[in-house]
Amino acid sequence: MTNRTPIHEEDLHAYVDGELPPPRRQEVEAWLATHPEDAARVAAWRAQAEAIRARYGAVVNEPVPSRLAVERLARAGSAWRRAAAAGVAFAFALGAAAGWFGHAVWEAPRPLAAVATEAVEAHRLYIAERRHPIEVQAGESHLIPWLSRRVGTSLPAPDLAAQGLRLLGGRLLPGLSGHAAALFMYESASGERFTLYCRRAKAPGSAPSYRDSGQVGSFSWAREETACVLSGPADRARLEGVAGSAYRQLEQRATRTGALTAD
Amino acid sequence: MSGFRQGIETAIPALRRYARALTRDVETADDLVQDTLVRALRSEHLFHGGDVRTWLYTILTNLNRNRLRSLARRPILAPLGEEDAPDLAGPESGARDIERALATLVEEQRAALLLVVLEGLSYREVAQVQGVPIGTVMSRLARARAHIRAFLEGERPPLRRVK
Repeated sequence: MTNRTPIHEEDLHAYVDGELPPPRRQEVEAWLATHPEDAARVAAWRAQAEAIRARYGAVVNEPVPSRLAVERLARAGSAWRRAAAAGVAFAFALGAAAGWFGHAVWEAPRPLAAVATEAVEAHRLYIAERRHPIEVQAGESHLIPWLSRRVGTSLPAPDLAAQGLRLLGGRLLPGLSGHAAALFMYESASGERFTLYCRRAKAPGSAPSYRDSGQVGSFSWAREETACVLSGPADRARLEGVAGSAYRQLEQRATRTGALTAD
Repeated sequence: MSGFRQGIETAIPALRRYARALTRDVETADDLVQDTLVRALRSEHLFHGGDVRTWLYTILTNLNRNRLRSLARRPILAPLGEEDAPDLAGPESGARDIERALATLVEEQRAALLLVVLEGLSYREVAQVQGVPIGTVMSRLARARAHIRAFLEGERPPLRRVK
């Protein structure tokens, strides 16, 4: 045995698996020539590898079943996404239609009621979303400028921390009659969700008024051609506190920014 | 077809081979491959270069471990058929022996051995797939080989619970 470094079991494995650099390989070969027990181990390991390859190697020559075709799986994935998107659009069309008919038949002189109907539909649809309740996170600096620009009015998201609510973020929605709407979502520590829905509407200015829509309650108000609806669990007293705070903040800031950005 | 998808498509036959040896069941193996492909295609945006093949082996290895964990609620013995001794004769006996021997291995050891001897991955790649240091890969290999050798030579090791 003239090897400089002693041969360990790891070297034998690395030798069998072709992981050794050539000089070390030769040292191992020299070692095996004089150590029959190790040579027997190496032979046994090689036989195992051969047996495994003999048993399973031919799988690569089998035709790949059609259920594993990449294009098909990729298409199925995107088809599923399209169907989900269509489902959302359809739910919206329903909500908008319901809102529109409600508006036309019952509340023609009250455009604010139509906005409230849309808002409650949007609230119901999105509070149930666990993974994608919002489109843009609260921390993103472009959230407010983006929604304000698309909706066409200054829309600072009210701070509702005093009511125990944290802003999750917001999304843009198609409102009735081509008006884009902004939806801000808030969440309490216990996971209750509240939404603030705002869009342009030709509604006379009004103080928040309550509406009970089954599980969901909402306060709606309008000011300077912008209607806002705050929806949440149908607990009128609680909702009144939340809506009151949102109303006052929007009122104040609209006055302030209105003076600054007269565009 | 994008380079990414082409890379995935090219890897399918080898993934099926690995899954077949890992599960020793055609349907279970192809289910695993399908789940792996779906997951990979869905995460295309998360893939920032590197070796697609290694990444696919990683997904498949993890999915199989999850599968075994969910099965492990009930104590499951590695399937050995009605008798647990190596066959004595027959042209198929060698193939069945190795299949049974593999079945007695602990999952991580089986995966390490198959990735090296069947899939031809380097120790470094296996370490990446299993998320462990190279030394751990080597000790898994050593234990797997010692275990199989003992099994095939008739010193039947005790049945091990699949983890």
